[in-house]
Amino acid sequence: MSGPQFREPIIEVKDLYVYFYTYAGVVKAIEDMSFTIYKGEKFCMVGETGCGKSVTSRALANIVPSPGRIVKGKVIYYRDGKPVNMVELSEDQLREIRGKEIAYIVQDPSSALDPLYTIGYQIVETMIDHNTVKDWKEGYKRAVELLREVLMPDPEKRIKNYPHELSGGQRQRAVISIGLSNMPRLLIADEPTSSLDVTVQAQLLELLRKLVKEHGLTLFLITHDMGVVAEMCDRVAVLYAGNIVELAPVDEIFKNPKHPYTMGLLRAVPNPQADIEKLEPIPGTIPNLIYPPPGCRFHPRCPFARDVCKREKPPLIEISPGHYVRCWLHAQ
Amino acid sequence: MSAEEVYEKKILDRFSDALIAFIVKIITLFKKDWAKKNKSRIDEWRLMLYALNRSPIGIAGLVLGLGFVVIGIIGPWIAPHSYDFSYIMATGNYQKYYLAPPGTGGAILGTDDLGRDLFSLLLYGARVSLMATVLVLPIGITIGIIIGLVAGYYGGVVDEVLMRLTDVFLAFPGLILALAFSSALTQRIAFAIARSQLLTSLVSALFGVKPVDALNVAPILSIIVALWIVWWPGYARVTRGLTLQEKNNVYVEASKALGLSSPAIMFRHILPNILGPIIVMMTLDIGGVILTEAGLSFLMGAMVKIPDWGAIVQAGSQYLVQGKWWLVIFPGLAILISVLGWNLFGDSLRDILDPRTRRSIEFKIKKRKKRREGEEQ
Amino acid sequence: MPQPLVHVEGLKKYFPAGGFLKKIWVKAVDGISFDIYEGETLGLVGESGCGKTTTGRLILKLIKPTAGKVLFAGKDITKLRGKALKEFRREANIVFQDPYTSLDPRQTVFNIIMEPLKTHGIKVDDPEGFVTKLLYEVGLNETHLYRYPHEFSGGQRQRIAIARILALRPKFIVLDEPTSALDVSVQAQILNMLKDLQKKYGLTYLFISHNLGVVRYMSNRIAVMYLGKIVEIAPAKTLFENPLHPYTKALLASIPIPDPEAARTKPKIQVVGEPPSPINPPPGCRFAPRCPYAKDICRQKEPKLKEVEHNHFVACWLY
Repeated sequence: MSGPQFREPIIEVKDLYVYFYTYAGVVKAIEDMSFTIYKGEKFCMVGETGCGKSVTSRALANIVPSPGRIVKGKVIYYRDGKPVNMVELSEDQLREIRGKEIAYIVQDPSSALDPLYTIGYQIVETMIDHNTVKDWKEGYKRAVELLREVLMPDPEKRIKNYPHELSGGQRQRAVISIGLSNMPRLLIADEPTSSLDVTVQAQLLELLRKLVKEHGLTLFLITHDMGVVAEMCDRVAVLYAGNIVELAPVDEIFKNPKHPYTMGLLRAVPNPQADIEKLEPIPGTIPNLIYPPPGCRFHPRCPFARDVCKREKPPLIEISPGHYVRCWLHAQ
Repeated sequence: MSAEEVYEKKILDRFSDALIAFIVKIITLFKKDWAKKNKSRIDEWRLMLYALNRSPIGIAGLVLGLGFVVIGIIGPWIAPHSYDFSYIMATGNYQKYYLAPPGTGGAILGTDDLGRDLFSLLLYGARVSLMATVLVLPIGITIGIIIGLVAGYYGGVVDEVLMRLTDVFLAFPGLILALAFSSALTQRIAFAIARSQLLTSLVSALFGVKPVDALNVAPILSIIVALWIVWWPGYARVTRGLTLQEKNNVYVEASKALGLSSPAIMFRHILPNILGPIIVMMTLDIGGVILTEAGLSFLMGAMVKIPDWGAIVQAGSQYLVQGKWWLVIFPGLAILISVLGWNLFGDSLRDILDPRTRRSIEFKIKKRKKRREGEEQ
Repeated sequence: MPQPLVHVEGLKKYFPAGGFLKKIWVKAVDGISFDIYEGETLGLVGESGCGKTTTGRLILKLIKPTAGKVLFAGKDITKLRGKALKEFRREANIVFQDPYTSLDPRQTVFNIIMEPLKTHGIKVDDPEGFVTKLLYEVGLNETHLYRYPHEFSGGQRQRIAIARILALRPKFIVLDEPTSALDVSVQAQILNMLKDLQKKYGLTYLFISHNLGVVRYMSNRIAVMYLGKIVEIAPAKTLFENPLHPYTKALLASIPIPDPEAARTKPKIQVVGEPPSPINPPPGCRFAPRCPYAKDICRQKEPKLKEVEHNHFVACWLY
């Protein structure tokens, strides 16, 4: 499994199952999930609400929230080339990796910041925790640099501000700088711009691109917006109801989509650059993952569904180099 | 794995299912397709009871609380003796029955200074406490809810005026207000009862006393009236807060856009949605009323004739130094158990009525884990 | 020129924002004028806080305007009261953004749809049949009649909200971001349904959204709002192919395009910073502080909406 230019893996997910044990029943949030993220690439996961994309991102650092549990599978993180299984690490070892080597940017910047502390304090705190800086004085100096790097206006003033004194975009910049503070190797961004306005979103996406390039970071971006995917990513995994249904380089996904869901998704988004007479929606709704449909989980909404789709679950197979599809149409 | 497998039914669940089936059957007797139209609601009830079944403390509370209610209702009938029966008068044996300790003769809990059977007094007293809660809470709550809803819904000046009024009432020291009130009211109420045949029989029926003693209930009735005045402001405040919160939901604006009147929005839409926390508060308050009523009757001095728990404690307290503990301990225990029961039940009701906590409680997760690991091996 | 169904003139809404001695006002909507013609969809786009939602509510008299008037079929609705207001509520309605709180959680679908009818004293012979027919109209069916809102997905709830309004046979509907809480696959279903219903019943829409792709798909004409002002109004195609106002241009350049090749080559017009607070909007043109073309006059005098080509209005000193 490889994109042409990225050979060295940084994280490898193998046969991952995550279930949520709720009163209503067991939610099979993720099943049979395998993918690899290579060093230095921008990897995207796209899908709709409840498809499991956020859960996947949390499983990577083994922070699946209760009542969810990783039931099965491995998350292998290549720590300086040495593979470690995140699922089996102790809490202490995980803490060392989280926030230092794997950093998170969440969707809602206001909930990611503590309203009681200044931006500067919160940036320095993570660095002190992971011993990246000697003392608070050095930390504050570094924080100003970080804020300058994320293009925060007036960084010297802003480190003394409290979160509520900043605008939404500035808050998200602060969150990004906290994420960057320990020079992580993998940056996981979970819908980093969906709570922001488009003009601000464009600025932040540009910033993320710049940071990834300059620091040689690996970006794992989660989004529901095909536009963001097209602008940001090298490779894309399309998720549906807890399964990867298609995984391919970004151009392949847009020009040569193979899975009916990917095709439907692309046709259902109104493109602002084109006059569209009629959108072609995907009929039906997302299945309840307590009782997922048997066979292919997309078959109840699929225009090409055949008997085999209703009975058996299709495997994820490589149909051309680097292009994987989970669909019986392409399985023969 | 289907939901049925995940979820193991307890014996209590079967019982609660049967209970709901019975209720549904009764309703369908009157409204034919009710069950069909309310399937979701019935499922919701079932879930609530399942949640209750998994809360041992809640069940214990409910048993104690219902026990209080049942004894309150039937107490006067099952009591071995009437509240005005005295062993001393009946047997003439003053020596034996003056402050007799538990177990003396027929008196299993002992007797008081008049030779009355303490066990019977407590049973009669349960009725008095029950009536106090039944008469205080609905009226106090109704006033509070209306004021809170109106204040929260309209906001602005209306809110300001109503809430300052509420503040004024909250600022009164409730107990002293009630004391002052009841001492002023007692005579009038007694007078009213004495004059009206109907009132006399009503009071004697409700409080389980003989018609001749109806007059003596007046102090308790005046306490109840006083409690109306101190009880509503708390509900007004809570209701206002809940209304303000609920008002943010778009359905309120949607109802307005559809042309609904303000009272319709308040009472048909907002009220049912905020009732949960109010019911919880009411449950917790049942204990509060019992306690306050007992406290007030204790403070107001002995009402020798009427078997009120607080009054019994008061009358008995003077003999405590002589080591006659039962006159204080047993009524005290009665108060404690009934208050505790409702408080425990109220606490678990809070979790049960909130759909979020109800669903997310990870019932029996441990058991399932074990089972699943077993499967994998 | 046909008569407009909705005519908005000099509409203003200032919200009090505290202040002890001198009151501070948030100028959410600050003097806007536009028309909506019968049977058309007017799109209203802008970023959060630009006043587009407030505009929708003002037009329906869900909040009182500070100044200005709104004519609906010739009548000034800002002056309506009592019975006339109730009549207006029948003819004009709104679909809200958040389908999760726009339905009373304690009512069944049947009750939710019947309630407005009862409120307006409309009698139907067979209520169950009537509601079922409406449900079919919005893509639901009779099995949903006696269910509660929490049993439905976001898209289905939005369908119920639409059915509830359709029951009153309205003429005009404000669609306030009706799909922004929904997933794209469901969004397309709802948008298509709204278009079909418009054709079938001759409805007039005001479509409020921040999603330019959706607005283009839905609207005949589009108005762009920035900080309480309309900066540009034009037919949908014209606006996207020949945007005139620098803000519109920036907005269009900022949308991520679902096409990786085009994304790599598209021109990067990036505006700096974020919209200033509507409490103290800058004098002159409100976009001036972020505008790459700002001149001196932009910072001093406010530009008026001007028709620079047929049906294409723009408020900018460049034209």
